[in-house]
Amino acid sequence: MAWLRKEGNGVGSVTATVAPPTASNVILWFRTFGAIAGSGFRRYATYRQAAVAGAVTNTVFGFLRCYLLLAVAGAAGSVAGYDRAQLATFVWAGQGLLAVILFWGWTDLADRIRTGEVASDLLRPVHPVTSYLATDLGRAGWAGVSRLLPPVLVGPLFFDVHLPARWQTVPLFVASVLLAVVLSFGCRYLVNATAYWLEDVRGPQILWTLASGAFAGLYFPLPFLPDALYLALQFGTPFPSLLQIPLDVLVERDSTATQVGLVAVQAGWTVAALALCRLVQRRAERRLVVQGG
Amino acid sequence: MSVIEARYLRKEFTVRVKAGRLRRVKRTVAAVDGVDLLVERGEMLGYIGPNGAGKSTTLKMLTGVLTPTSGEVRVCGLRPVPERTRLALRIGVVFGQRSQLWWDLPLRDSFDLLRHVYRVPADAHAARLRRCRDLLDLDGFLDTPVRQLSLGQRMRGELTAALLHGPEVLFLDEPTIGLDVVSKQAVRGFLGELGRVGDTTLVLTTHDLADIERLCRRLVVIDHGRVVHDGTIAALHDRYGSRRLVVADLDAALPEPPELPGAPLRGVEADGHRLVFALESTGAAEVVAALAGLATLRDISIVEPDIEEVVARLYGRGEGPLVDASGAAP
Repeated sequence: MAWLRKEGNGVGSVTATVAPPTASNVILWFRTFGAIAGSGFRRYATYRQAAVAGAVTNTVFGFLRCYLLLAVAGAAGSVAGYDRAQLATFVWAGQGLLAVILFWGWTDLADRIRTGEVASDLLRPVHPVTSYLATDLGRAGWAGVSRLLPPVLVGPLFFDVHLPARWQTVPLFVASVLLAVVLSFGCRYLVNATAYWLEDVRGPQILWTLASGAFAGLYFPLPFLPDALYLALQFGTPFPSLLQIPLDVLVERDSTATQVGLVAVQAGWTVAALALCRLVQRRAERRLVVQGG
Repeated sequence: MSVIEARYLRKEFTVRVKAGRLRRVKRTVAAVDGVDLLVERGEMLGYIGPNGAGKSTTLKMLTGVLTPTSGEVRVCGLRPVPERTRLALRIGVVFGQRSQLWWDLPLRDSFDLLRHVYRVPADAHAARLRRCRDLLDLDGFLDTPVRQLSLGQRMRGELTAALLHGPEVLFLDEPTIGLDVVSKQAVRGFLGELGRVGDTTLVLTTHDLADIERLCRRLVVIDHGRVVHDGTIAALHDRYGSRRLVVADLDAALPEPPELPGAPLRGVEADGHRLVFALESTGAAEVVAALAGLATLRDISIVEPDIEEVVARLYGRGEGPLVDASGAAP
């Protein structure tokens, strides 16, 4: 196969194309990561009608949730430390972030394990956790365009919302959302990876759906709970780091120092989740049975 | 140095068998049971066997997707499982029944993504892609999302995807499965070209023995996890006494069966008007010349031995290893 590999048509051998371990390797790594993320964006961007339907649903539910929470706040005008404008921001930003962080409906890895197509992922020179993460960031990027903007733009037309008063809030919120996306990916990857052992992931999937909805702050802001319980959830489980923390950072419930502390908690959970993903992946590969001939 | 070295490769699976209402009994089954394999650079190896013989399992162990239960493996000098990511840069794999392309993306985007994943320089990538486009006729569907491609188109895409990083070894697991005649020929022609012009090592599993006859000089037959034949196709025919046949149609039947040295009479049909000789130690020309001296020939045809029949006989045996050392390829 000289024509496919050798010179003559300006083609060097493959081994020579792998750069020596220098700083340029890091650049190459980011380029690979970026290319995979870009393909993730394009893959999800092919489903435009789904995006429109999802954005409409998120927006409609935004009205329901917003009226409900404002009713809870009632005449007093505040509940659990949120005023009316903060509650509106909490709801509408939450509705927008729902699809960006993506709690439900991601079974790509589990499906590929079940059908044995995961073998193709293992045959790539990129670690599966890395390539799935890159794809997911691309997906989140597309969701940021198609799913985040509609509710976030519609909400303020109908409700008074809280806008960040301190400039530090903006970079902290961006970092917090990014961490939430990566953490959510890690959790979903772990749930999906149970397919290596269970073949059917509906059980873990249902548990994840219940827990993430209730404890992430989607159904109601977690400060509605008794303080002790909320703190236990925040430090003892990754769920509040998925949505509650980014939204609390955005509505400026706390001082800048506390905001930084909250983002640090998220960072801790994110690192732990990714490390666990790699560990689980390694264990799985050792006992992997690739399904099908 | 061999590109592929496997010594006493073994893979066991545990299966739970129903025994009574609730009781399940664990049983260990060896899918691959002590396979030895040495493949040299540039060889084209056909790896065949009945369903469930252990072909795919062997391939998965060679590519690092499955951990062997025991035995030694080296591919390109690397241990496939612990060094899988490094090995991935040097091998290409096509699974006929699965796709390595991105379902939602057009082929062109998939190829471009692969360039980044494998970190191939742009000019090398472009050159290889150009050749594949020419040889596999990809231009008509480069911008079609993979999910809309026909099986034949997709397979041509898969082959290209497996070759864009210039692998040293190409593993093909049933690359012609489900393809129509035209697509099969395109794939075979392409692989043949690949084998002729270079030093890519090719390992091909298939149920279509025509693939093997066209492409592979060396044939490894596996059954019940063991190698039952390792050698050339000719060696396989030799072992099972399958010969090329000369079928002669005569104007009139001969008074008695002719005896030709080196070509015993295998059959008499049509009341002696048709004689069938097996070519054992003589050529077709001698047989035809000798027959022409005995009778008036109306027609002559030479029938190649049927590899399917030989292999079917081989599959049926299911016995221990019968490695044919003398027939082993160079």
